[in-house]
Amino acid sequence: MSVEAKMSIAELEEQARVLRRDIITCTTVAGSGHPSSSLSGVEIMAALYFGGIMRHDPAAPQWPDRDRLIMSKGHASPLLYVALAHAGYFSTDLLPTLRQIGSPLEGHPNMTRLPGVEASTGSLGQGLSIGLGHAFAARMEQRDFHVFVILGDGEQDEGQVWEAAMTAAHYKLDNVTAIVDHNKAQQTGWVRDVLDYAPLAEKWRAFQWDVQEIDGHDMATVANALARAKATAGRPSCIIAHTVKGKGVSFVEADYSYHGKSLTKEEEGRALEELGWQ
Amino acid sequence: MAVEPKAGFPMGKATRDAFGEALREAGRTNPNIVVVDGDVNNSTRTEWFAQEFPERFINVGIAESNLVGIGAGLAASGKLPVIASFACFIMCNGYDQLRMSVAFPNLNVKVVGSHAGISIGEDGPSQMAIEDVALALGMPTFTVVVPADEPSTHKAVAAMLAAEGPAYMRVGRPDVPVVYGDDPEITLGKANQLRDGDDVTLIANGIMVAAALEAARDLADEGVEARVLDMHTVRPLDVAAVTQAARETGKIVVAEEHLVQGGLGSVVAMAVAEHAPCRMAFVGVENTYAESGDAEALLEKYGLTAAHIAAKARGLL
Repeated sequence: MSVEAKMSIAELEEQARVLRRDIITCTTVAGSGHPSSSLSGVEIMAALYFGGIMRHDPAAPQWPDRDRLIMSKGHASPLLYVALAHAGYFSTDLLPTLRQIGSPLEGHPNMTRLPGVEASTGSLGQGLSIGLGHAFAARMEQRDFHVFVILGDGEQDEGQVWEAAMTAAHYKLDNVTAIVDHNKAQQTGWVRDVLDYAPLAEKWRAFQWDVQEIDGHDMATVANALARAKATAGRPSCIIAHTVKGKGVSFVEADYSYHGKSLTKEEEGRALEELGWQ
Repeated sequence: MAVEPKAGFPMGKATRDAFGEALREAGRTNPNIVVVDGDVNNSTRTEWFAQEFPERFINVGIAESNLVGIGAGLAASGKLPVIASFACFIMCNGYDQLRMSVAFPNLNVKVVGSHAGISIGEDGPSQMAIEDVALALGMPTFTVVVPADEPSTHKAVAAMLAAEGPAYMRVGRPDVPVVYGDDPEITLGKANQLRDGDDVTLIANGIMVAAALEAARDLADEGVEARVLDMHTVRPLDVAAVTQAARETGKIVVAEEHLVQGGLGSVVAMAVAEHAPCRMAFVGVENTYAESGDAEALLEKYGLTAAHIAAKARGLL
């Protein structure tokens, strides 16, 4: 994987199918984890790491001018791990060690143990502030890297997200893009039933962010939105990606109670069949 | 407002003032320092850094959680962030963020909490951090520093900035007596013995160091020679100095402007219990919140004076 290598849309869609397969298999081997929260963000991660959006070099994970990706919804660690592994930050052989003692692929991302992980996350609400810190550092050092932060939609409940939103707008941090993986479900139910914060896009707009609302599973749309967000000048960008929790696996899509549950071996077989792997 | 000089010590500036001066001075030689403020820079004294280095100063408004996270990101991108607010707000409002975004990934973020303890006086218990050291100790990667006076705070700030890894420094609001000379040696993790004695050891930090020295003089008048240790670094604790004091004096009183549980007294007691068990007593805020009032009157009412330390020491003899 070279810096800014760029796949075609068709290649990205195939890459997404690979990422979905590995999310399912590594969490099933682990016997726990959050596959459904990971599946909803696959197109976003594929476009970022394989679609030429992120400027990065797996051979130099601390390269000062790299773009940063912060997985604020840290429970979607399998999504981060499969993307980083296929991008070349570490071997895909590590994926089956997910959540096992001694493995750097912990239940939630640990930046001290795995190259390519930009932030240790898992307590929701914190990633955007960390992203702002990187963005301020870029401004002070006159570097042109961009910071992408993936947030969950349940995570929008956290007050710190809005503290960070205000601050980014006030300081006109146009080197930050917040991507909300709006999959409509959280741990105990649908977002609208747990804490209905609609209208979400209007909130981000009111906080003075440039807001795009998109279909988070249409690869070309996702790639174009990310490119536009990265190029937006004068204010930070927010992409509200309408997604489906458990995308690609019909029986997971239909049932929010799959949050925090890996698939059984039998379910894994059905899921891989739906994705065209068996 | 000041904590009255005792036992003949000259009055010095508040430790927050010393922090503000030392930070500005460090900024002149280290262009990597960035200060993040929760809109209290004229209280914490980071305004002095801000005035000289506005391009390296970020006021995030009254949002301590976000403040901590921004510090974490700055450190992860190679800056040296000093993040400061009132001790109670940054440690309590920002604690999850300190734990998750700073302590766990072991990032080089320097956290400074001002207005610590009950000696802030009239503003009252909502502003009085009496649990901040316990909270800082709750994060295993954190160095924890509580300097005693103006000259030692200058040195402690420089030492903290030079050390790698997360650190918490607690500073106070009122002017405090100067117990050190102009150029004290402050090495993080190494206690300073300010007075020798073989009958009892008084271990203190922050404003209680001056009180301990005063207590030692009062005890000397009674023929009791007290050793006084300034334990400016709570973690890493100078276990050797504690052990030596326990063996050589057999009795230890610990004094701090903090809850008696969870702070300096607790970690000293662990070291004593493990290495050289001896009788101990503790001076601190007992299980209560304080109240608004004059600082001196509060210290008297809540048991944080030289007389209280001396009484505890007598109880061990």
